[in-house]
Amino acid sequence: MAKSLGPVKRKFTPWTDPGAQPFIRFENITKRFGNFVAVDNLTLDIYEKEFFSLLGPSGCGKTTLMRMLAGFEEPTEGRILLQGKDISGVPPYRRPTNMMFQSYALFPHMSVEKNIAFGLEQDKLPKGEIETRVQEMLKLVKLEQFARRKPSQLSGGQRQRVALARSLAKRPKVLLLDEPLGALDRKLREETQFELMDIQHTLGLTFLIVTHDQEEAMTVSDRIAVMDKGIIVQVATPAEIYEAPNSRYVADFIGDINLVEGKVVSTSAAAGQAGRLALDCDGLKVAVEQECPALAGNTVAFAIRPEKVRISLDTPAQTDVNAVRGEVWDIGYLGDFSLFLVRTEDGRVLRAAQANVSRLVDRPITFGDQVWLHWSADAGLVLTR
Amino acid sequence: MKPGRFDATVLTIGFAFLYIPILILVIYSFNASKLVTVWGGFSTQWYQQMWHNEALMDAAWVTIRVAVLSASIGTVLGTLAALALVRFVRIPARMLFSAMIYAPLVMPEVITGLSLLLLFVAVGVDRGFWTVVIAHTTFTMCYVAIVVQSRLVTFDRSLEEAALDLGCPPVKTFFAITLPLIMPAVVAGWMLAFTLSLDDLVIASFTTGPGATTLPIKIYSQVRLGVTPEINAACTLLIGIVTIGVIIASVATKRREYQRQRDEHLATTAA
Amino acid sequence: MSQASATSPGKARWLVVAVPYVWLILFFLMPFVIIVKISLSDTAISMPPYTPVFQGFSTLRDFISQLDFDNYLFLTEDPLYSEAYLSSLRVAVVSTLLLLLVGYPMALCMARANHGIRPTLVMLVILPFWTSFLIRVYAWIGILKPEGLLTLLLQSLHLYGPDEQVQIFRTQTAVYIGIVYSYLPFMVLPLYSALEKLDGTLLEAANDLGCPPWKAFWKITFPLSLPGVIAGSMICFIPITGEFVIPDLLGGAQTLMIGKTLWTEFFGNRDWPLASAVAVILLIVLVIPIVIFQNQQRKAEGGKA
Repeated sequence: MAKSLGPVKRKFTPWTDPGAQPFIRFENITKRFGNFVAVDNLTLDIYEKEFFSLLGPSGCGKTTLMRMLAGFEEPTEGRILLQGKDISGVPPYRRPTNMMFQSYALFPHMSVEKNIAFGLEQDKLPKGEIETRVQEMLKLVKLEQFARRKPSQLSGGQRQRVALARSLAKRPKVLLLDEPLGALDRKLREETQFELMDIQHTLGLTFLIVTHDQEEAMTVSDRIAVMDKGIIVQVATPAEIYEAPNSRYVADFIGDINLVEGKVVSTSAAAGQAGRLALDCDGLKVAVEQECPALAGNTVAFAIRPEKVRISLDTPAQTDVNAVRGEVWDIGYLGDFSLFLVRTEDGRVLRAAQANVSRLVDRPITFGDQVWLHWSADAGLVLTR
Repeated sequence: MKPGRFDATVLTIGFAFLYIPILILVIYSFNASKLVTVWGGFSTQWYQQMWHNEALMDAAWVTIRVAVLSASIGTVLGTLAALALVRFVRIPARMLFSAMIYAPLVMPEVITGLSLLLLFVAVGVDRGFWTVVIAHTTFTMCYVAIVVQSRLVTFDRSLEEAALDLGCPPVKTFFAITLPLIMPAVVAGWMLAFTLSLDDLVIASFTTGPGATTLPIKIYSQVRLGVTPEINAACTLLIGIVTIGVIIASVATKRREYQRQRDEHLATTAA
Repeated sequence: MSQASATSPGKARWLVVAVPYVWLILFFLMPFVIIVKISLSDTAISMPPYTPVFQGFSTLRDFISQLDFDNYLFLTEDPLYSEAYLSSLRVAVVSTLLLLLVGYPMALCMARANHGIRPTLVMLVILPFWTSFLIRVYAWIGILKPEGLLTLLLQSLHLYGPDEQVQIFRTQTAVYIGIVYSYLPFMVLPLYSALEKLDGTLLEAANDLGCPPWKAFWKITFPLSLPGVIAGSMICFIPITGEFVIPDLLGGAQTLMIGKTLWTEFFGNRDWPLASAVAVILLIVLVIPIVIFQNQQRKAEGGKA
């Protein structure tokens, strides 16, 4: 399949514009099932043409939130606004949203074209228009020659495309995607991620995707909401989520990270201002440059991604203000990276990743070596939550 | 003995036990002799005699009408009951409802029959064709409910949600999506209800009235007088009808299975 | 989770529940109320042959003061009835055990058969079930009669002399044969579905851990098939207790079963209140097995959902 690259993406940040009206607004939404609180007083704005992800472990409430937007569940408290209009009580079959189901939910007794036409038929569009729209959709997902097949006669990837085409056929204001790529194998999933972004961009629709796969969320989204136990922990762009997580939970959930508990010893600036913090993590002294969040004496966590920790046999240069000695305890060889688990002198284990830039099979650093771990002041992060 | 051979022996004996009595019955319906124990050569005279036995044919006609009607009403009610059981959590007195679905399956027929009769007497209904239909509907709907229910619990709810999501209102969704997909179970339920009604002696005996003698009641009264080849012929005919029905159903299942395999093959070669 | 609340309009939803519910209350529950009521009334030689205890809804006190336990007293006084109940239960217990004895090996062998032929085997078990109960019992009359086919077979094998005849027809043995024959599919199918679900690797694991096959059967297969054993036993035990056709056609004068007694009381003696009392007591006797059956069904339903 030839890859057709769509138009070059533009910088798209409506959430930074204070005058922008949100397209979808979840306003103080609470949803209870009996005693179980699935969504807890949650407020969230999503903007037009945004590709937005709800990310979190299973049971965090992300699917419930999406189902409330689709109309399959009604919020216990709060309201949902679509283009400023409250859509509470509107049944799912009258909402301008369409959903792509995790199981695809293709009607097994209907052909591919009948499946795609189903939603249009409900709107009682003229036959000719339905016909053109179905052809358009089949072309969009490159399934023209499979129009008369039944879903059972398609491969997993093709079914996924039919499901996408069916949910797009009605040109919904918002497309909801519930773990859309979960059933595909890794290769196909990566390909499809880019296709999804392409389609979203071409059609100029708002996409809301629910996923537990952080890589997927990072790849496709304009913004991600990380959820835990019914609340949103952080809403930010993929880069911000990764580089500036606002809590231990987000830092730990996205990617690999070293988390060390410690205390703030001193700050060079007032709270909210950029400055230098000195931390004492049970003997390990760390200097961090960032916006000062906490006052001295507070318990915080120092977080640093393994790829930002350098590892060397020699004494580090002066540019890295933080350095600690240790012994290589274990090595995980990942192909592109090697992950070193280093036991420091005070007994903690820190992880450092090193890109394998050469094809050497025997790496210079091996088990039991005495090494230095070192990083600059802007590599790590202090987390208060 | 090897385990495989042991298994085959057990199954052979078991199935022989199940089938030989029926086979004998069928064979002797073609016996020319009137004595059941003496083989007097092949003949279809008992079938002709049965055909001209007006009382027997009347009873057969009543039975078929009762069976078609009660199976059809029972299938509608049973399907609704199955939907209620599987889909609606908050049924008032849910325990009572499910108890009323399951209990008729095992309730001794004499109790069901007697209690229904007393109801009909109490409200002053003349017993006859329609009381039998009502009685049969009541116990066959429970069988239908069980059959349809077992299909519904494995039904993928997201199919219905997808239809709703695409703008199809709930009632229409039921007829466009749910019903076509559970149809095999509904048809199986109807067939089961039909044969149960066709077979029933005890409940029909209690609830019937003048002019509504069913075939089992007729056969029973003759059997009590002794074994006759004519009854053998009637029984063989009944067995024949049911067997043909079951064979058609199983061929349909086989074809669906074949179709599914072909689809899977297509799916794997599609990419 | 009740998604239906958000997706179904009230009216259609209400009808789905109400129509079968009302039907069952009218034609299944009401009759039981009436049968209890009539069992407490006096016999009268009229049509209908009973005088109602209360007409319309009198006060509760009137109702209680007019209650008439004569029919029940009569049942306890005449040993014929208690014997009939006991004998019915005995027949049901013995038949259920016999059915397990015959049905379990069959179900086990079916579950162990090749995947390809299993549906055919299931079909073969179901097929006799689709043919009339009455016909199947009738078929045995021709076989078991003194001058019937079994006698002929034994005579032609010279196991019996020309004047000897099989004396099974109209005995308890014939009743057992008829019951086992008629109820076998009801026993085999639940057993099979329990055994078929059994993971074959469990037995391999047991063998691997040093458990010989016969021991593995008792330690693994049998305990795991118990739900099927209970379901099958209840499905057979409860209707057998009230069985009428089989003892009537195959049994003799000494075969005392409550279903037959009820039938005779009703159609023979036309004593409706007494027949009702017989039915009510039979129901009370069967309450425990019915509750067990219900729980089993509900568990199966919950497990699947």
